[in-house]
Amino acid sequence: MTDSTIITGLTAVDQMFAAARAQDRAAFMPYYPVGYPDYDASLAAIMAMAEAGVDGFEIGIPFSDPLADGPVIQVATQKALENGITVRRCLDAVRELRGRGLRQPMLLMGYLNPLLAYGLEKLVSDAQSAGADGFIIPDLPPEEAASFEALCAQASLALIFFLAPTSSPDRIALVGQRARGFIYLVSVTGVTGARAALPPDLPDFIARVRAQTDQPLVVGFGISQPEQARAMDGLTDGFIVGSALVKAGAAGTDAVRDLVARLRGVL
Amino acid sequence: MTQPSKTPASAAVNVPDERGYYGEFGGRFVPETLVPALDELEQAYRAALNDPAFMARFADLQTTYTGRPTPLTHARRLSEHLGGAQIYLKREDLAHTGAHKINNALGQALLAQRMGKKRIVAETGAGQHGVASATACALLGLECHVYMGSVDMARQRPNVFRMKLLGAEVIPVESGSKTLKDAINEAIRDWVTNVRTTYYLLGSALGPHPYPLMVRDFQSVIGIEARQQMLDQAGRLPDTCIACVGGGSNAIGLFHAFRGDDQVDLIGVEAGGHGVNSGEHAARFADPERGRPGVLHGTRSFVLQDADGQIMNTHSVSAGLDYASVGPEHAYLRQMERAFYTLATDDEALAAFKLLCELEGIIPALESSHAVAEVIKRAPTMPKDAIILVNLSGRGDKDLDTVMQVFGDQQ
Repeated sequence: MTDSTIITGLTAVDQMFAAARAQDRAAFMPYYPVGYPDYDASLAAIMAMAEAGVDGFEIGIPFSDPLADGPVIQVATQKALENGITVRRCLDAVRELRGRGLRQPMLLMGYLNPLLAYGLEKLVSDAQSAGADGFIIPDLPPEEAASFEALCAQASLALIFFLAPTSSPDRIALVGQRARGFIYLVSVTGVTGARAALPPDLPDFIARVRAQTDQPLVVGFGISQPEQARAMDGLTDGFIVGSALVKAGAAGTDAVRDLVARLRGVL
Repeated sequence: MTQPSKTPASAAVNVPDERGYYGEFGGRFVPETLVPALDELEQAYRAALNDPAFMARFADLQTTYTGRPTPLTHARRLSEHLGGAQIYLKREDLAHTGAHKINNALGQALLAQRMGKKRIVAETGAGQHGVASATACALLGLECHVYMGSVDMARQRPNVFRMKLLGAEVIPVESGSKTLKDAINEAIRDWVTNVRTTYYLLGSALGPHPYPLMVRDFQSVIGIEARQQMLDQAGRLPDTCIACVGGGSNAIGLFHAFRGDDQVDLIGVEAGGHGVNSGEHAARFADPERGRPGVLHGTRSFVLQDADGQIMNTHSVSAGLDYASVGPEHAYLRQMERAFYTLATDDEALAAFKLLCELEGIIPALESSHAVAEVIKRAPTMPKDAIILVNLSGRGDKDLDTVMQVFGDQQ
């Protein structure tokens, strides 16, 4: 925690959920990659979302081989790489967004290899000083995460683990114990991207996890429409929208602002 | 070129550990959705190994369908021509479908059947694993979908047609470099989407645990046979074993039986493409700037990457070696100095291809030609009573388009 007025790291994430809960709604956490369609436009899109009242962010770090992502995010992050976006540039973006007054929690979301290349110790320290609040790493399950988890814990940053519809009760218990910040629930077996309908077994999946942990639960993958966002209210503590916003980002900041307003409006 | 210093055999024997680690390499770096699927796979695999009926069925298919044991051929004219060591070829090119890939594909397809999974996805680079998977699926009545980079489809057209004839769907991959790496990405995306009904038939000794272990086990028949055949035909073990290394399944299959034979040098040959300095290659171990430990496709191993950790595009004349990472056990054997890794360039591999055609009447796969290229460098430096065992991992019919383009004017 850097000073008494700016709450950071795990505390900021906890307060985000507390604030949304106080308003009796789910927290809305958009995903957006740095560098799409270009660096400046991505920062403008993120600022527009912040002003439209989203609760927190997943700030995407591009990777050449994003195997958990569907076509929309694949194309966008490929473009970001062509635009010269690196881990360092993503940290610059976080620092710049804080400088522009963005106050919501920002979690860096990226695949492991670029983070390893940057150096995990340096990453945690630089992320903290840039003003990031934690990490979401889709190819780092708890079994492989011990050392990074310790680094994050020392810095009071969140390291978000996932659960999927295929997760067994044992794994739900394991992730429930290890989770700090929230648990990312993958709504469907599959990759990121908008779905016409959420899976019918989603409430059951959420209930299975809820029965084993008090951690906030955030649902991601497939959510793109206001009706789906509304369905999240009461069902879960938060939800993530990614591909739909990235698609809007191609059309410009106004399109992003409009979609966020429609999604936020139903909560 | 230095010889590997010898490490006590016991050091390299007991891998992987229960978490799928080969020293600091290996592991299971996958999205959560796949973790339970990998747990299920590991359990099913261990159960199958302990099921005499399963193992008997596998052994029976190896002899009555694949045509095992494959022969060991003393390459007398090549040995004489090079003027040094005696060269023996382990003839995986004579296995059904024309490459060692069938060993693993049949084993895993039987496992999929035992697990009740009827839909198979696979990736392929050169097309040999795709053909082997399509073949195993046709034999066992399973549905087969093969992801293949569009660049590879263009340069391995005969194999694309073979897969289709065998009833498989071949899905072109247009993302990234449009080669093996991208085909694996798409196969994993398919698997994560259809994980409850689908078996991912991974074709090399890479990926998340237990794949590197399972593929090694199914391929270890190569070395087990070759070791006995050497004793039968030459009365002793070879001095040196040589195999090409893309993901590294044929190499690990050969090396595994010799891991405890300290006097036997194990040499893996990577694809040098246009040379390490050109940047256009797939030599993960030979390029100290780009080849560094990293995580790709679920496993920690040596990975060709830029300074920012983005995976590099690779180049090789042989699609089967054109991959940015390498099986974790190879990274471990290299670190333990139990195996030694070198490279052959495109030109060296093509020269070796031609020489083997002309001197032994064998048209090798361009992948295997990389191993032969190392033989050409090494044999003349060895005494006439020394023995090199080289894994001829596949036949070259699939490469005739590529080779005709290169040699076209000269023929």
